[in-house]
Amino acid sequence: MNQDLRMTSLLTYTLKNLPSTSQWALRFSMRPLSCSSQLQAATAVQTKSKQTLAKPNIRNVVVVDGVRIPFLLSGTSYKDLMPHDLARAALSGLLHRTSVPKDVVDYIIFGTVIQEVKTSNVAREAALGAGFSDKTPAHTVTMACISSNQAMTTAVSLIASGQCDVVVAGGVELMSDIPIRHSRRMRKMMLDLSKAKTLGQRLSLISKFRLNFLSPELPAVAEFSTNETMGHSADRLAAAFAISRLEQDEYALRSHSLARKAQDEGLLSDVVPFKVPGKDTVTQDNGIRPSSLEQMAKLKPAFIKPYGTVTAANSSFLTDGASAVLILAEEKALAMGYKPKAYLRDFMYVSQDPKDQLLLGPTYATPKVLEKAGLTMNDIDAFEFHEAFSGQILANLKAMDSDWFAQNYMGRKAKVGSPPLEKFNIWGGSLSLGHPFGATGCRLVMATANRLQKEGGQYGLVAACAAGGQGHAMIVEAYPK
Amino acid sequence: MVASRAVGSLSRFTASRMLRCPGYICRNFTRSSALLTRTHINYGVKGDVAVIRINSPNSKVNTLGQELHSEFIEVMNEVWSSSQIRSAVLISSKPGCFIAGADLNMLTACTTSQEVTQISQEAQRMFERVEKSTKPIVAAINGSCLGGGLELAISCQYRIATKDKKTVLGSPEVLLGILPGAGATQRLPKMVGVPAAFDMMLTGRGIRADRAKKMGLVDQLVEPLGPGIKPPEERTIEYLEEVAITFAKGLADKKISPKRDKGLVEKLTSYAMSIPFVRQQIYKKVEEKVRKQTKGLYPAPLKIIDVVKTGIEQGSDAGYLSESQKFGELAMTKESKALMGLYRGQTLCKKNKFGAPQKEVKQLAILGAGLMGAGIAQVSVDKGLQTILKDATLAALGRGQQQVFRGLNDKVKKKALTSFERDAFFSNLTGQLDYQGFEKADMVIEAVFEDLSLKHKVLKEVEAVIPDRCVFASNTSALPISEIAAVSKRPEKVIGMHYFSPVDKMQLLEIITTQKTSKDTTASAVEVGLKQGKVIIVVKDGPGFYTTRCLAPMMSEVIRILQEGVGPKKLDSLTTSFGFPVGAATLVDEVGVDVAKHVAENLGKVFGERFAGGSLEVLKQMISKGFLGRKSGKGFYIYQEGVKNKNLNSDINSILASLKVPSQPDVSSDEDIQYRLVTRFVNEAVLCLQEGVLATPTEGDIGAVFGLGFPPCLGGPFRFVDLYGAQKIVDRLRKYEAAYGKQFTPCQLLMDHASSPNKKFYQ
Repeated sequence: MNQDLRMTSLLTYTLKNLPSTSQWALRFSMRPLSCSSQLQAATAVQTKSKQTLAKPNIRNVVVVDGVRIPFLLSGTSYKDLMPHDLARAALSGLLHRTSVPKDVVDYIIFGTVIQEVKTSNVAREAALGAGFSDKTPAHTVTMACISSNQAMTTAVSLIASGQCDVVVAGGVELMSDIPIRHSRRMRKMMLDLSKAKTLGQRLSLISKFRLNFLSPELPAVAEFSTNETMGHSADRLAAAFAISRLEQDEYALRSHSLARKAQDEGLLSDVVPFKVPGKDTVTQDNGIRPSSLEQMAKLKPAFIKPYGTVTAANSSFLTDGASAVLILAEEKALAMGYKPKAYLRDFMYVSQDPKDQLLLGPTYATPKVLEKAGLTMNDIDAFEFHEAFSGQILANLKAMDSDWFAQNYMGRKAKVGSPPLEKFNIWGGSLSLGHPFGATGCRLVMATANRLQKEGGQYGLVAACAAGGQGHAMIVEAYPK
Repeated sequence: MVASRAVGSLSRFTASRMLRCPGYICRNFTRSSALLTRTHINYGVKGDVAVIRINSPNSKVNTLGQELHSEFIEVMNEVWSSSQIRSAVLISSKPGCFIAGADLNMLTACTTSQEVTQISQEAQRMFERVEKSTKPIVAAINGSCLGGGLELAISCQYRIATKDKKTVLGSPEVLLGILPGAGATQRLPKMVGVPAAFDMMLTGRGIRADRAKKMGLVDQLVEPLGPGIKPPEERTIEYLEEVAITFAKGLADKKISPKRDKGLVEKLTSYAMSIPFVRQQIYKKVEEKVRKQTKGLYPAPLKIIDVVKTGIEQGSDAGYLSESQKFGELAMTKESKALMGLYRGQTLCKKNKFGAPQKEVKQLAILGAGLMGAGIAQVSVDKGLQTILKDATLAALGRGQQQVFRGLNDKVKKKALTSFERDAFFSNLTGQLDYQGFEKADMVIEAVFEDLSLKHKVLKEVEAVIPDRCVFASNTSALPISEIAAVSKRPEKVIGMHYFSPVDKMQLLEIITTQKTSKDTTASAVEVGLKQGKVIIVVKDGPGFYTTRCLAPMMSEVIRILQEGVGPKKLDSLTTSFGFPVGAATLVDEVGVDVAKHVAENLGKVFGERFAGGSLEVLKQMISKGFLGRKSGKGFYIYQEGVKNKNLNSDINSILASLKVPSQPDVSSDEDIQYRLVTRFVNEAVLCLQEGVLATPTEGDIGAVFGLGFPPCLGGPFRFVDLYGAQKIVDRLRKYEAAYGKQFTPCQLLMDHASSPNKKFYQ
């Protein structure tokens, strides 16, 4: 109760600083968090635009369950592992959680962003290591921060089109170790050396060596097309939407506080423990650190120095982690005796200007996916948006709430509206739980499915932005009880 | 080392550079200022920071004129006397422009150097008060900050600039034949060091924000914003203001120091500059370099060096005094009048007076991937035009595509483009050997070999595949467009677009209209040319149009002078010392001996005796020996890859000797030789105006200077007649006429101007 009170006051405080406060604040103050969720759900269901999103002649695709190993700050317990180790742990966790017979799985797909060159098809290496049948094919996809979303929607397509019945989709990222390469000139020299046939050729090649060949090449943290880092773009985006440092810090604090509460209340049920070889068993996320606004205010800007607003405290941190979900055709799941958690319904990928609208994917994807599904914002009971930066989330909320933006940049007649905060990322988000690039999508979907189950809602909306100016949204429908 | 850096940075200073002067715009302010309502400047107070916003009415840019100046003084007095205000932000409300410079009309309206000096002194006094302000003033710069605008900005305590492509800081005064007259000669050397200050003031180059930050010219950068709650440009200015306010507060609270940490190189440079001997060496080197490059034809650069020197060696009081006096003197020179005239002409020739075409050209097709064709493609693809480049063979096409790529890649090397932008631009180019896609073309520009029957063949082939709306433009230097259009089914869509080589460097585009060319076709051609970044003159069709026609008699005279025994080197030095950027003999090599012969022959047939002079035989014999100029490696000079100093081609001597004509001593002095060349050029130019080939003298001047390298310090043939005196030119022509005959007979319009001294091409 004490905690509830704190949360409520915190939320109202945050709300004061958000756009179109009147509407939300009014609704919010009449419906404090502590009131029974069952009651809300009952009223909500009656007013839905659609009873279900099932489509005639198209197979229903369901999520039976999904898991993730704890998301850890890079450089902590997972730092000596390889990406496929994490992915394997997630797969083992999924096997354990769902008891799915290994040989039933038709296909395995993983998403990842920074590839370990030794295991470029990390899905296959992890599946073999996790003891899946060597007859189960596996492939790896990459689409920046929405890589595991892509893995899941690929699975949905395979099932809906009748190609497969049972697919495991997941994602993995290990930021503790990244491929640092020799310089291009050094690589060229080494390759030429390997082809040189005589001592003379080798010597003449070696004589061309210069010390600066040894300077390493780091994987780019910047957008390839614009050469701008994501944090820098986020800072500009926050400025473009006139979002203050305080608002960003408040939102970050909200994320951490909600995540801590969810963790304490045992709501993060998708987390499975991971016994790290040579180390203690990891049981929970370690990046959740609710701080105080005063302390956050002390931090210096991380990207636009010295006056920017994006800091380490209001950005998602570099994270190691992996996730996996079990996706089936509904009839197969029922035949196998499963009680699915949710349907995976309409989804949408969008892309826009990678320079000035790099992180606005959710703004573009949300109205489109709602339209496609025939739903409105009011139909959605649970929103799970990927939080790359506080400034990015708040910019998206403002953009979704702006008629001007909808008309001038999205070619729409009116705004879609901004999600009510009391339904938005209420179990924490990437800012606090962590953001292993390739693995976040599955976390979003499972959080949505679990929240719908817990709160009795029917429709959930997942949305995320990704490098390259891309974005994704998907409707998750609760499986009827 | 410092000296060599200073000189190195000057090496790009050439006469042709003098004309690149972005956005320095003159305006007439006729509105009278009311006492209470300010029209150019307003200010508001945010907390304890005064936000002073500059926004000149009815103009795209802010210029420092009398009104803005006096309003600024008023506002600053209020700011200084208010107890509530502790600091100030100076910002422009106009997107893309902080202050683009001084109001040129204010200067040209002055009749004596004293008046100009007085204007300079008033500005100096004002900016000195700004510099000494106890309340910190932050200049928030978005867009062009040039000339007087820069001088104001560097008087402030702190500068914040947006990292936008449009944000350019510079002192372009030298390009107008004057010097920075409001303190920059004194403040810049202190701020960025003497070598960099010389570089800025002597080349007039514009400096982008990120470079300005590195140099210490600005203190902070602000990134331009994308769309958000408002349009990007609007919100960026707002954001710049917000950031500037926090810095103004920080400065007032002494939380931020206006002093900048200097890097090691800077520290070493400033140490070196504290040694008198080093300074003297630098002045000497810079002066030598300037003398060599300007050949004494441009007084402004030397005066700039002098004023900077005075300030450093004798203190700022002497420096400011010298600055204002020399500013006054320079503003009264012929050179500055010529250069200012060119600047105005350039501004005029960057407008489309034919209005917007009915259909915007989006898909362009170019026939012929030679130097010209590929050059046209290069300046089109980076402006977002979808461009087809067609040639007959894969090898020729490949060469052209490589030329386009190299042009773009050179920009990447200079950091003007990112490699990603290069790739995106290059993908606008489609290379092909057939006419696929021509059915969607909005404009076809042919740049095939200069042969009428070939042009006819190409025109017919193209007309079979292009849509009705498509414009057919011919890039020819001499073939009359109406003759090319003779075989066209739709002559109203045929036009001439005469580009100059190298296309990516030469700013001029000569557009040629026939009697049948429709206005909409002309509007399309001008629009495409402007998009390609060209300065455009529109002339009537006729043999040689305007530019080639003016050049031909001069070229004929070049050959005669060579036949008379003046060597190519001597001739080159005579022409460059007159102000031509390229010597006359070298010009023949650059143009190509075969092209020169082709043009001379064609135009000679049409214009007869007036175009006679040198013997065509010289060119013919050169061609027969394979001396085609630079492209064949030999012409008057020998050209070798990687060899900078070109040597004379001694084989030419026998040709010239065999065709030698006796020289006439009374018209063969160095000066006479120069004037024989120039007066023939000028006479033909004036005749073009008389015959209506040219619509305005301005276009004539712009065409001559930007396309043919007519000496910029003379302002073009028409400005030259005005400034030098029509009578004097007629006198010279008469003198040469006596020796050589009709080739020098002055045309009627020129004689009209000579007989009534009040008649001027520019009133």
